[in-house]
Amino acid sequence: MESSILSFLSQFDGLTIVKAASAIGAGLAMIAGIGPGIGQGFAGGKAAEAVGMRPDSQGDIIKTMLIGAAVAETCGIFGLIVALILLFANPLLG
Amino acid sequence: MNGPEIYCTIFGFELTETIVNTWIIMAIAFVIFYLLTRNLKAEGRPGKAQIIGETIVTTMDNLVGSTMGKDKMRFGAYMLSLMMFLVFCNVSGFIGLRAPTADLNVTFTLAIMTFCMIHFNSIRSVGLKHYAKEYIEPLPFLLPINILEQFTLPLSMGFRLFGNMTGGVIIMGLVYAGLTEMMFLGLVIPVPLHFYFDGFVAALQSFVFTMLTMVFVAKGIDQ
Repeated sequence: MESSILSFLSQFDGLTIVKAASAIGAGLAMIAGIGPGIGQGFAGGKAAEAVGMRPDSQGDIIKTMLIGAAVAETCGIFGLIVALILLFANPLLG
Repeated sequence: MNGPEIYCTIFGFELTETIVNTWIIMAIAFVIFYLLTRNLKAEGRPGKAQIIGETIVTTMDNLVGSTMGKDKMRFGAYMLSLMMFLVFCNVSGFIGLRAPTADLNVTFTLAIMTFCMIHFNSIRSVGLKHYAKEYIEPLPFLLPINILEQFTLPLSMGFRLFGNMTGGVIIMGLVYAGLTEMMFLGLVIPVPLHFYFDGFVAALQSFVFTMLTMVFVAKGIDQ
């Protein structure tokens, strides 16, 4: 099984395999988007609850929620940066 | 998808699309703020432009006062300048320019400015001894982690702004590349996307960057 995959891969140029693997890696890096999605949804839901309880302090709640959501977004953005580097500034292609 | 285009090289200095777009945005911002702040009157009826200008300044001052505390109102001018620069840069996609903030050089410059502000103001307010003591708390062996934390802050701030704006630029580029064949749909489909990426995300990210700067500078001073 393993040798058949290797012999299949060996008929291609090495650079092609690196390019294909980089594209797959960029797709895998964007899985990091799940985390911020859940986190920001949680922050938004809690903010909606808080506004429901205290409608008069809506401005402060929205401000705090935006800060929290922005901080939660960071790991997703790092995933995006990794994907961008793999696609547009790939160090593996030399 | 390419990075900012390099127009020419003068003595090893690359004149990129980012720099030229920043000049255009600076010119637009200069004209707008000149029109808003001309003929200021302290007495009598103020003009419409003065009311708009005063509203912007008062809103930002209130935000600084409620976020950083009333004793740090001196940062209001810097924060308003930062916010206005970011807003004008980020919404420049509406007039077909590539946003200057979709370039790591610009976002990291702003993030390093924030980093320097945090540490300079922190040392000036709490003194060098107390400032250095923060790094070995709660336990001395956490020193490397505390130092790492300080350097992750500008990194994440710069990457956050860059990532959001570049994501918008890339998606708009893909949409325009895919729409070249369609005549009428090509006129309709980009409009809501422009309002989302160049309007909503742009305003939100400028607000977030300014708010994080305010929060961290205030935290550094009050520690």
